Amino acid sequence: MVRFPATAGTLFKLEAREGSTSRPARDYSLVGPNAKLAVDQGLVAADWYHTDVPRARMKQLMKRTDGPAIRDSVIWLILLAATGFGGYEFWGSWRCVPFFLCYGVLYGSASEARWHEAGHGTAFRTSFLNDALYQLASFMTLREPIFWRWSHTRHHTDTIIVGRDREIVPMRPPDILRLALAPFAINGAIATLVSFIRHSLGRITAEEADFIPEMEWKKLYWQARLWLFIYVALIATVSYFGGWLGLMYVVLPSLYGRWLVVYLGLTQHAGLAENVLDHRLNARTVYMNPFFRFIYWNMNYHVEHHMFPMVPYHALRDLHREVSSDMPPACKSTVGAYREILPALLHQLRDPDYSLPRELPPSARPFRPELHGMASNG
Amino acid sequence: MSEAAWIDALGVEEIEPEDVMRFEHAGKAIAVYRSSQNTFHATDGLCTHERASLADGLVMGDLIECPKHNGRFNYKTGEAKRAPACIDLRTYPVRVEGGRVLIQLS
Repeated sequence: MVRFPATAGTLFKLEAREGSTSRPARDYSLVGPNAKLAVDQGLVAADWYHTDVPRARMKQLMKRTDGPAIRDSVIWLILLAATGFGGYEFWGSWRCVPFFLCYGVLYGSASEARWHEAGHGTAFRTSFLNDALYQLASFMTLREPIFWRWSHTRHHTDTIIVGRDREIVPMRPPDILRLALAPFAINGAIATLVSFIRHSLGRITAEEADFIPEMEWKKLYWQARLWLFIYVALIATVSYFGGWLGLMYVVLPSLYGRWLVVYLGLTQHAGLAENVLDHRLNARTVYMNPFFRFIYWNMNYHVEHHMFPMVPYHALRDLHREVSSDMPPACKSTVGAYREILPALLHQLRDPDYSLPRELPPSARPFRPELHGMASNG
Repeated sequence: MSEAAWIDALGVEEIEPEDVMRFEHAGKAIAVYRSSQNTFHATDGLCTHERASLADGLVMGDLIECPKHNGRFNYKTGEAKRAPACIDLRTYPVRVEGGRVLIQLS
């Protein structure tokens, strides 16, 4: 096994956030000093490491088809209807709880995976179906479609590059309280509401302007106004006619149902390197059971997804088999993933420069120091 | 003014139907496409968004999808069809002679 050193994930001394005291917090701002440092160090829109896959095989893996997503979406909607019906039947007694628990996961967690896949345009071959699913899933996850499309694009361009990627979770040193509250989705919902209001007023922050091109701003504003209207009208109507029960079906499940995708999603990058140009170092693949993979739409193959984002979710397992000899070993389970994540996060409380070392099998192409500035740092 | 030269890019059998191949000329990357109807087309080889090589992307019908962010273009017209691709691709005239794909590069 070849191991990439634990501390080599930091290319350069990152700037601390202004006002930080004994445990300096990193400045992750997209318009702060680390944004400029990232440019200076050649980390922006850079060339990333890719495993060699023959073109003919890659074409097979990239191939788009509507079938798997239609099948999975039908199952998903049927399960939503069934669990929702059960919640309705037993409303008023504790027997409704397991039904709403399941409904919430299907609504608030599974929708995030569908948002992600449809956002990439890879769920279906048919563009209209992708777009429809993207809009629906954006609604269910309380996400502005245009805003998050561009945010996620930046995440894929500059994955876990400090000062460039706004989707780094968790930031360092990790805010343990914030992480503990994440499954309840309150922070995210408040941030979304503030964002909706700001955009509906025709305002955009300097950070947002950094990753959303100006030609999209007007669309962003009008979409925020429309969606805000839809949410307010929906909440008012549902509350009026259904009271709390009505809200258990829309809006609230975006909060109470999010916990599973938070649990699964933290395994993507937590504890791993920042400021590297090799997804084998900053992303994690975790083996998951079929239920989790149905909810998560195979995003557990996260190294593979980042390296080859054009491969649709239903082919990621095959892609994993194709490239696994060039990858760090996958975590055997989510429990196994958290066995390495939690100590790493605690370590980062003391030493924010720490990241988990990754090991490659002998069959893998080695990590390339020149992709991570190690050569220039000596 | 003389006509721009026709450059011999590659043989027709070098690209499969509904596929794309990279061709470089004078430091410029060009993407050469063969449609499912066996017509040939050429565009700039780098995505207008973040300059990823389109030759690593996916051809679907008349569209080329960038492998980096799934932006899409119509490779016959160069039109950007899906974000984050917003700026059209430049296209080049193509003709086929004697089993060879020729591209007119200005």
